[in-house]
Amino acid sequence: MVMPSFRFAKTSFPSAAAELREQVRQFVTEQEACGSFVCGPGSWTRFDADMSAKIGAQGWIGMTWPKRYGGHERSALERYVVTEELLAAGVPLRAHYSADRQIGPLILQFGNEEQRRRLLPLIAAGKCACAIGLSEPDSGSDLAAMRTRATRVDGGWRVEGRKMWIGHAHKAQILNLFLRTSSTEESRHSGISRFLIDMSWPGITVRPIINLHGDHDYNEVVFDDLFVPDNMVVGEIGQAWSQLGSDLAYERSAPDRWLGAFETLKCMIDELARRPGPRQEEACGRLVAHLWTFREMSLSIAGMLERGQLPNVEAAVVKDLGTAFDQEIPNVARSLFSESMRADLDDDNLFEAVLDYDLLYAPSLSIKGGTREMLRNAIARGLGLR
Amino acid sequence: MSEMRELLVDTATRQFADLCTNAAFDVAETGSLDLRLWQALEDTGLAAATQSEARGGAGADLGDALAVVREAGSAGLPAPLAETLIAELMLASASLPPLAGPLSVGPVLGRSELELKRANNAWQLHGTMKRIPWGRHAHAVVALAEYDGKNATVVVQHPAVSRQSANYAREPRDTMHFDGLLIPDGDVSVPGSGMSVDQLQVTGALFRSVAMAGALFRTLQTTVEYAMQRQQFGRPIGKFQAIQQQVAILASQVAAANAAADAAVEAATHDLAAATFEIAAAKTRVGEAAGIAAAIAHQVHGAMGFSYEYSLQRSTRRLWSWRDEFGSEAEWAAWIGKTVARVGGRGLWAFVTSPVKNVSSAKT
Repeated sequence: MVMPSFRFAKTSFPSAAAELREQVRQFVTEQEACGSFVCGPGSWTRFDADMSAKIGAQGWIGMTWPKRYGGHERSALERYVVTEELLAAGVPLRAHYSADRQIGPLILQFGNEEQRRRLLPLIAAGKCACAIGLSEPDSGSDLAAMRTRATRVDGGWRVEGRKMWIGHAHKAQILNLFLRTSSTEESRHSGISRFLIDMSWPGITVRPIINLHGDHDYNEVVFDDLFVPDNMVVGEIGQAWSQLGSDLAYERSAPDRWLGAFETLKCMIDELARRPGPRQEEACGRLVAHLWTFREMSLSIAGMLERGQLPNVEAAVVKDLGTAFDQEIPNVARSLFSESMRADLDDDNLFEAVLDYDLLYAPSLSIKGGTREMLRNAIARGLGLR
Repeated sequence: MSEMRELLVDTATRQFADLCTNAAFDVAETGSLDLRLWQALEDTGLAAATQSEARGGAGADLGDALAVVREAGSAGLPAPLAETLIAELMLASASLPPLAGPLSVGPVLGRSELELKRANNAWQLHGTMKRIPWGRHAHAVVALAEYDGKNATVVVQHPAVSRQSANYAREPRDTMHFDGLLIPDGDVSVPGSGMSVDQLQVTGALFRSVAMAGALFRTLQTTVEYAMQRQQFGRPIGKFQAIQQQVAILASQVAAANAAADAAVEAATHDLAAATFEIAAAKTRVGEAAGIAAAIAHQVHGAMGFSYEYSLQRSTRRLWSWRDEFGSEAEWAAWIGKTVARVGGRGLWAFVTSPVKNVSSAKT
């Protein structure tokens, strides 16, 4: 019987990894000491352009890209080391995370030479934040139902439509926009294209969507008679669907999928150390066993990507399990450490603040980047059931 | 995978498929061991895989042996292969000569159960060992006993079983009671050498984790096949989204369990004594996956999975048994909890990225 591996081949770090890991830890220690970031609620999901520029200056953005485009020609496993170290330390990464993980690789693989020469060095320097426009009011998991469309005009395209849930569109310089360039009549999945939009162009209105935690991270973006020149189309017109390559695997398998509630877990371990009990030991130990397993799985996927494989099903497994793990942590935390215990902590203790953040953000984790149900569909397809 | 390991795994897979017939399982169900089945394992060298070629074995390393155990777990091989391989490790670590199998080991409950005494210039063994795997069929049990505050490895030839018992898969788990049993000098190691009870527990947890990883993979295969085959409402049940979502969860658990087991194997092959955290994490993660996976597999199989005749139970009853043996996920999770409490929240990441530096090998 043929099944996809579902076996995450054990992957080990290259010899250069240990030194690189130490360099990142050194950097983090220095930055924390000089107060350029504070590890706390929200940790790495915070948007901090200065921090991204510093990380770019270290050579830690676009690590695997060619040097002629500002990259550093290092391996996917070295990139993995930097990613997990920065995430675990709670360094704000949002200002370059999407660009480094998805938009840069997209431009590298499918973009034209002008896009590569102009944008990749900026991204690698940590000076070009990117956002991604996929969802619409009537198109969520059903992406092919999107209605934002572009019509052909002299020298480019005119865009009309509305996108929802664009993370940090109000801070990004570049928006990677998915839209329809031909009707749905031929095929639902053909006729979708990807454009690069400079957010300073006229014809773009950004409206905040405040989330249930009270933060402004997502936006509704309206395009009204927006002109996009031909040279900002990525790859072939109408081929966006087939251009979805390794970026799904990168997006879904990264350590952020299981380090989302790491700050809460750290606080739990601190409390466990202060007040050990058998229930606490078992529950915290179990979570650490899961964390360690996720790391092995993400690392294995980084190894597959390094070898040029496309582990999309494996990445769906990591995202599905990882987000469930991040959702479980605040629940375990509140059950082990009661309100009265938390109320008696020192005023500068972070537990309550990180729990508040991780608990309130939890519902979003299994929605964004592919809902749990869609991921499981993908896994079932991988098993030959669909 | 090395050429040696590929060859071993290939041999094992084919041989286990031949040996694991319905008749063989029926025999095992009564608590018997099919001696022809065991002889076949001896003949191909799998039963002595880790022994040197000079000793009639395959000269395999721990990783090779565990690759074979994974296949045995997948097939549900009704024989004490894992126990024999662990016994060989114990003998080698105590500098005792190798023995012909089937062998068993003890104590298996993570506690000291035996005491060795020296009287009249002879070794005497005292105590009661419970839940000894395949005890009644073992030519010898390689056991750990306390002597003068130290630990000694003792070979008990043809041990008598005082009470027969079994796990959920009806694999024998027997009690042995010793009341001054005389042990020849040649069957006792130098006290202080060899494995400790804790190390045996860790080693057993590793072997069970790997066997479960194999059984989980088989459970997934069986379930996917069944879902494609079984028709209801005019189509295979695997075409229903409700079933697909459940099987996807099953596949994810199997994948996570295998990743955890593989990582533990890697760490243990490198240095078994320094791999306690990795093995603890694997037993914890694999044991949890076993419970979730078995429940989903049975739900997808409907009533059919509840029958003895259908093969699913060969995997699931072993999963339910093995997750409890050599420490349940609850026990190992508690050990991990105690261990990480020592490093605290700030040290957690450094610990996870480099557990070896942070754990002393002994189980507390």
